[in-house]
Amino acid sequence: MTATLQVFLIVSAALFCIGLLAALTRRHAIFILIGIEMMLAAANLNFIAFWRFGLRSPYPIGVMVAIFSIAIAAAEAAVGLAMVIAVYRHFRTTNVDQLDRLKG
Amino acid sequence: MVGLISALIIIPVAGAIVLYVGHAKNPRVISLIFNALSAFYALMLWLKFDPSAPGLQLIERHAWIPSIGAEYIVGVDGLSLLLVLLTSLVFPFAFCAQKLERGACALMLVMQAALYGTFTAQNFILWFLFYEMSLVPAFLLIKIYGGENRDYAAVKFFLYTFLGSVAMLLAFLGIYFAKGTFDFAKLADLGKTGLLTGDIRWLVFAGIFLGLAVKVPLFPFHTWLPDAYQTAPTGVSMVLTGTLSKMGVYGFIRLLVPLFPNEVKIAGPWILTLVVCSIVIAPLAAWAQRDLKRMVAYLSINHLGYCLLGLFAITTTSTSALIDKHAALSGIFLQIFNHGVTAAALFYFVGLLEQRRGSRGINDFGGLMQRTPLLCGWMSVAMFSSLGLPGLNGFIGEFLIFKGSFATAAGFTAIAVIGLLFTAVTFMRAMQSLFSGPLSESCAGFSDLLLKEKLVIVPITFLMFAIGLNPQFIFNTFNATVAQMARLFS
Amino acid sequence: MSSWIVTDVWLIPATPIVAALLILAFGKHARLAGAVVAVIGQAVALAMSLFAFVPTLHEHGFRALHNFTWFTFGEQPLRIGFVVDPLAVAMMVMITLVGFCIFVFSVGYMAEDKNFSRFFAYLSFFSGAMLGVVVSNSLLLLFVFWELVGLASYLLIGFWIERPSAAAAAKKAFITTRIGDMGLFLGLLLLYHRSGTLLFYDSGNGALEPSALLKIGSSVTLVALLIFCGAAGKSGQFPLHVWLPDAMEGPTPVSALIHAATMVAAGVFLVARVYPIFAVDAINGVTSSLTVVVWIGVVTGLMAALIAVAQFDIKRILAYSTVSQLGLMMVSLGVGGVAAGIMHLLAHGFFKALLFLGAGSVIHGLHHEQDVRKMGGLRKLMPITFATYAVGMMALSGVPFFFSGGWTKEEILHATSQWPSSHVPYYLVLLGVVLTALYMTRQVIYVFFGTTRSNADHAHESPSVMTAPLIILAVCAVTFSIVLTPAWPWLESYLNGHAAQYDPHLLIQSMILVSLVLVGAGIAIGLWLYRRAGEVDPVQQAQPALFRFLENKIWIDEIYERTVIAFAALVARIADWMDRYIWDGLVRGFGAIGCLFGTITAGADEGVINAGVDETTVGARGFGRVMSRLHSGQIQIYLGAVALGMLALLLFYVWLA
Repeated sequence: MTATLQVFLIVSAALFCIGLLAALTRRHAIFILIGIEMMLAAANLNFIAFWRFGLRSPYPIGVMVAIFSIAIAAAEAAVGLAMVIAVYRHFRTTNVDQLDRLKG
Repeated sequence: MVGLISALIIIPVAGAIVLYVGHAKNPRVISLIFNALSAFYALMLWLKFDPSAPGLQLIERHAWIPSIGAEYIVGVDGLSLLLVLLTSLVFPFAFCAQKLERGACALMLVMQAALYGTFTAQNFILWFLFYEMSLVPAFLLIKIYGGENRDYAAVKFFLYTFLGSVAMLLAFLGIYFAKGTFDFAKLADLGKTGLLTGDIRWLVFAGIFLGLAVKVPLFPFHTWLPDAYQTAPTGVSMVLTGTLSKMGVYGFIRLLVPLFPNEVKIAGPWILTLVVCSIVIAPLAAWAQRDLKRMVAYLSINHLGYCLLGLFAITTTSTSALIDKHAALSGIFLQIFNHGVTAAALFYFVGLLEQRRGSRGINDFGGLMQRTPLLCGWMSVAMFSSLGLPGLNGFIGEFLIFKGSFATAAGFTAIAVIGLLFTAVTFMRAMQSLFSGPLSESCAGFSDLLLKEKLVIVPITFLMFAIGLNPQFIFNTFNATVAQMARLFS
Repeated sequence: MSSWIVTDVWLIPATPIVAALLILAFGKHARLAGAVVAVIGQAVALAMSLFAFVPTLHEHGFRALHNFTWFTFGEQPLRIGFVVDPLAVAMMVMITLVGFCIFVFSVGYMAEDKNFSRFFAYLSFFSGAMLGVVVSNSLLLLFVFWELVGLASYLLIGFWIERPSAAAAAKKAFITTRIGDMGLFLGLLLLYHRSGTLLFYDSGNGALEPSALLKIGSSVTLVALLIFCGAAGKSGQFPLHVWLPDAMEGPTPVSALIHAATMVAAGVFLVARVYPIFAVDAINGVTSSLTVVVWIGVVTGLMAALIAVAQFDIKRILAYSTVSQLGLMMVSLGVGGVAAGIMHLLAHGFFKALLFLGAGSVIHGLHHEQDVRKMGGLRKLMPITFATYAVGMMALSGVPFFFSGGWTKEEILHATSQWPSSHVPYYLVLLGVVLTALYMTRQVIYVFFGTTRSNADHAHESPSVMTAPLIILAVCAVTFSIVLTPAWPWLESYLNGHAAQYDPHLLIQSMILVSLVLVGAGIAIGLWLYRRAGEVDPVQQAQPALFRFLENKIWIDEIYERTVIAFAALVARIADWMDRYIWDGLVRGFGAIGCLFGTITAGADEGVINAGVDETTVGARGFGRVMSRLHSGQIQIYLGAVALGMLALLLFYVWLA
């Protein structure tokens, strides 16, 4: 099995679906965050794959974008965790089913 | 520094403001004071006016709204001066006719200012502004202070004349887009070679014609007039017939004929037909009236018809001799003035009768000559003046108009003479049923002319005699203008 | 030689007019002062007329003009003027003399009237206006005074204004004459248009002088006929004669003034004044306009004479005799006898004033009884009135030799007999002469002879202030004939401006005999017919149908009432109706259409636009309520929706590809 774009896309899609599933089904906020991180990772993988097989640029654009994305994801995770902590402090729970104050 | 004419326009407005703000207890006196002031200014204007020079004089010109060609330009020639003098004469006369409330006085003064403006403005936008400005007070005066049926009459009056004004405004906008100016003098210059071409010119012509014909009024656009004059208070009727109706004739002379000389030549016979209908049908209808005021109103249509007869008779053909043009134009100018004075006087007398009797049906009176000989005598003078008896003012104007129109429109003139006859018939019938016969019981308590009424009537009657016997002083004001217009119309 | 009066001839009409204004200014209570001023004014005018008479005697065809500019319109002067010539002066003397007598008579006749001074003001004004007509040297100025004459007659006929019949008669007079005046006005316009001037004489340029007459050209007949309309109106010619008998409603001195000196004389005078216009291009003295004048005159003269035979009102008989005599004057003018016509006018002025004042004296004596059937036998009770009345009757009947009317009638008959077109007018005029003698005899018999009927026996002779004018006029009516006789035709020479040529033998032989026979026949028939005149008229008994026909004035008034007046009134009512319902109906129709549009737009506003907006808002609210339910606040549902959306998008793209 050679490393083609298709393989990477399939892996990436699988990773994205797992992440999405996690984000949709888990009730704990931390797990949802983890799911989101997994979807981000799938996206990063796509960047690199498209750079490697599609663009064929001598410059490491895809890698740079991935690294940039990872950096942002880190920041996002930090903010997300901080919010989870803040939410927990306020509502004494991190179960998203109970956090429906945005209900219309 | 405000010029004479602008001052003349401002004085009545100032009077209206003083009346309205000041809550004056005797509004009529204050109105008369302001009228005296404006009469003084009008006399000053007469003195400063050089009667031997043709063309506009004492012009005041200021930029106003340059982007739409509107300019504040006022000036007088002989015709304008005559009308300014007439306005200054009729308004005090009307104020003397009856007691009016504060609001009515203020509205009358606003109307006076608008009339001064209309007769002196030399730019269409300005002219139209004043023209419409006179309409609103007239409407309100009929609507608020009128007699029976006033709502109907007022709305009819307003809508009718306003419709005409709209037609005229649209027509003038058309002219402006074609020629780029609203200035009367420039437009008249352009008019000599044909202002517009193609079918559009007829549309524009018709628009202006309609607007002015309603105002005069010309048959068959006259139906607002009997209702309005009948309903309006005496003073307002006097002003409406004495001055407001002159705006239409003035417009015909100042606008329609100079701007559309060629179109007038083509449409002339048709217009003359309408004019002759006015002249003949109006006194016939007057004869059939039972209400004195309505009768006088119909005769007003007839008298203004003579003005238009003269005007269109000399402008329909280019062959009319100079003497006929001079005769017709002089006659028209004089007739305008005469009718203003005489018709106002007739309404005044009807008002006096109404004040005494409480109604004004022609059969409500009888045998007045035995009870109030002075009232009957002076009223007869006004009636005879109106039916064109020589020695009084009406005759000279009518003679000159007929002289001018006979040369080019003999047939129309001959038919119009029937109008003279039926005017006489109408007045004779009125005199017979009012003055003669046994004294009717309802009139037994009448008082004869009071001193204050004499003070009003005697000068006006004196003026009628003065014009009838030695009219030169009034001809002097406009002879130069007549000569100039006669050249313009040839 | 020209005296001051020639240049200032305007003073003659001005004097009575100023007197009138003065009397009006004095007010109602200055009765004596009013009468005095009026009589003095008339006397002064008479004196000045006599002054003006002097210069015209010195040369034949004397004519002094005083033209001036009345006013300037535009750059055109309008000139009017006054003229002194034999025609004007002869008329002025007659008017002022007759007027003076009538004024004096009125002092007695009107003594008990409450508006005594106003009556004198009107009389003075009437006389002044008529003098103005006579001295005008411009058709326009003549028209001005002409209308003032009309006004004065209106005021005087309707003087007893509390009587409805007087007011109606005044109105009728004013309107009927004004119908004629409108013709005159048009004639004036046409003349002015064609000839460029309204002055009669203007040293060669006047409208009556050859150069201007040439300019009038082909329309000269029309001008003449239009002017004749005016003359017919004022002089009571058929078909505009109807006002003249009704004018009897005025006080009797007014009737005398109207019938003798002023009003009706104006028409004949006008034709005489503008005679050159009628006579342009005459062949043997005949033009089509003059022919019209002759026939109108003949019809009027005969018709009025016939009607006069069947009237019972003493003044009405005289009124129809005036109409008849005016017809005779018109015939005379038409056949070319201008001088004869004017001479008859002057003579008629004297004797008709005499007759009317005599009738006034009778009416006064009988306390305002005017029906001749109720008079009779007054010969002894009112001797002076009877004597003077008899003189007037003889003069009017045309008894030759001693009475002025006889001579002037000869002249007219003479002129008519020589008219080249036709002899019919001559014979008809002769018939008129017989009738005139007949009805005058009838009247005199009824009034003065026979037995006294009803209240006539209380009659008394009038005071001397009334009889003196009668005597003066009677003397005038007789002595005036001195200047008329063919033996010394001074007046004719004076009026014509050249010495009259006559063959006295011819006149003596045929004409005088003819008229003597005719007048004698008329009087004889009258005497025979009315020898037993009583309450019932013998002719009425013999020929009731004919008599009723004439008594009712040939029903001309009724015919006018049913046709012309009814038609005009109908037209007036139609005009009013059209105004109210057709023209105003159109306007209101437009208004109604506007209202309809308004209603439709208002309905559309309410039903469609407003309702639509309402519905939309309600719908939006419901939709919002539904949609807000989706907003659960459950983050994972949102996320799931996003995922589903993405999936749908993906499938959509796949399906597209």
